[in-house]
Amino acid sequence: MEIVVLLKQVPDTETLIQIAEDRTSIKTQDVKWVMNPYDEFAVEEALRIKEAQGGKVTILSVGPERAVEAIRTALAMGADEGILIDDPSTEGGDALGTAKVLAQALKETPHDLLVAGQRAVDDDGYQVPAAVAALLGIPQVSMVIKEEVREGKIVCERTIEGGTLVVEAELPALFTTQKGINEPRYASLPGIMKAKKKPLAKKNLDDLGLDPSEVGKGGAKCRVMTLSLPPERSPGKIVEGETPEAKAAELVRLLREEAKII
Amino acid sequence: MAQGVLVVAEQVGGAFRKIAYEAVSEGRRVADTLGESLTGVVLGSGIEAIAPELGKYGADKVLVGDDPALADYTTDAYANVVCDIVRKSDPKVLLLGASMGGKDLSARVAAHLDTGLAMDCVSLRVDGDALIATRPMFGGKVLAEVSVQGTPQIAAIRPNVMEVVEAERAADVEKISVNIGVVKTRLLEKRVETAAKMDLTEADIIVSGGRGMGGPDFSLLEELAEVLGGTVGASRSAVDEGWRPQSDQVGQTGKVVSPGLYIACGISGAIQHLAGMGTSKYIVAINKDPEAPIFKKADYGIVEDLFNVVPALTAQFRKLER
Repeated sequence: MEIVVLLKQVPDTETLIQIAEDRTSIKTQDVKWVMNPYDEFAVEEALRIKEAQGGKVTILSVGPERAVEAIRTALAMGADEGILIDDPSTEGGDALGTAKVLAQALKETPHDLLVAGQRAVDDDGYQVPAAVAALLGIPQVSMVIKEEVREGKIVCERTIEGGTLVVEAELPALFTTQKGINEPRYASLPGIMKAKKKPLAKKNLDDLGLDPSEVGKGGAKCRVMTLSLPPERSPGKIVEGETPEAKAAELVRLLREEAKII
Repeated sequence: MAQGVLVVAEQVGGAFRKIAYEAVSEGRRVADTLGESLTGVVLGSGIEAIAPELGKYGADKVLVGDDPALADYTTDAYANVVCDIVRKSDPKVLLLGASMGGKDLSARVAAHLDTGLAMDCVSLRVDGDALIATRPMFGGKVLAEVSVQGTPQIAAIRPNVMEVVEAERAADVEKISVNIGVVKTRLLEKRVETAAKMDLTEADIIVSGGRGMGGPDFSLLEELAEVLGGTVGASRSAVDEGWRPQSDQVGQTGKVVSPGLYIACGISGAIQHLAGMGTSKYIVAINKDPEAPIFKKADYGIVEDLFNVVPALTAQFRKLER
């Protein structure tokens, strides 16, 4: 079973995000970069499938040089090899552009199963995995909390609003991981040592035979014009009262008469 | 030359979801700005009768794809049909709801059609011929204004944010033949977990509990939610403790919600939680720690043990009901 995990390096969710002077990107100094939290579930699930069925887990990412760290973390968890598509022309591209780069790289990378986090917590796009599956013409199952690979198919439990769907897809297929699917393992010290020696290939758009005008900033079909911080919520009032009951009564009054929400 | 605005209106079990009305209402507004007509699309099986309902929210025309193969949502069948409709009708703008199914569908459709998609938008505007969308990033810590290119320009709108506006017209309903195409997925089973529980992303009132709950007993919050007609959510710590299911988690690694009223009980207000609920219209915080960061974001704060205040609140609201 050839399993490829689509992985992204993102700012840690505890990071205070600040907007850069160009107003279209964020300040990257002082940012702690980590593997996208949902991708940790993807790496873990890929490793479990490999452990049960045999095969190989490859980590594929698009990003700058620093993204090597996130790939190494996945290798330290137990993945076999990594590929980083590092090309300045991909910066400022959109989700579809990234998906085109990944899909092109996957044409040269054997794969029975693709696994990705349900979304990256930086641009919250929810788009890249589905677009990769579409471009490769393979089925996708999103937001998976349980899966089983059997006889050339994968059966997934997919979360939807207020319930779960059990969906079967023919391989090769892609699924995205939702929290709850597993508890990602920590990289062990021997794992970290071993990861340093595992193969990690770097490629650029030229190596993939892609035209930067199609996948980079110029080809973006969803372009960031400006970033802004959401309006600061001003701290409101502390509801006073002698007893919990009095405070509750005053809150109800404020919600009805001032906020007019109830 | 592309023309018109097309809206995919999501239905479940023969009833439109609220997001369908939101999407059609927003579609009407975009169509009016562009001076274009608005067409709704309904896909499913045995759903023809509900189609005219979209006229109430401004659809000039409704295309009905009624086929047993569309009885349940599968990504490939729905994506194939939507792409086929788009290729035939060549709209300028395509809107969908960014529900869990809608996110999955819109991403696949945009890739097939090789066009721009703005995901999970909280507002849309038109500048000349360009669709400009505002969408939260970094779990709501940043708002991005994006311009969507290509034909059609696609936007998936976040549930529970855009207003439902009635704009009565008699929609012209047209049954279309659907091209299901190649389908490589199959629905084996559908499990409805809690039929009565409204999804957090659609709820107008959310009562959320955090570490301060001290354990898995959320019955006090459930009672308050019930009397308010709301639903119960949880912070990451409460979910990580195993007190609540993952589907209840509000925050950057859970659900991003924007209800009219968010009542945070025993939640300190970690940055990643605030990112997930900061767009709520009104925030109430109940916490015994006066230094809890949640108070800086709350419209109304009560410094008190939640176990004393929440039952008192429930009793107050019950009194109002009578």
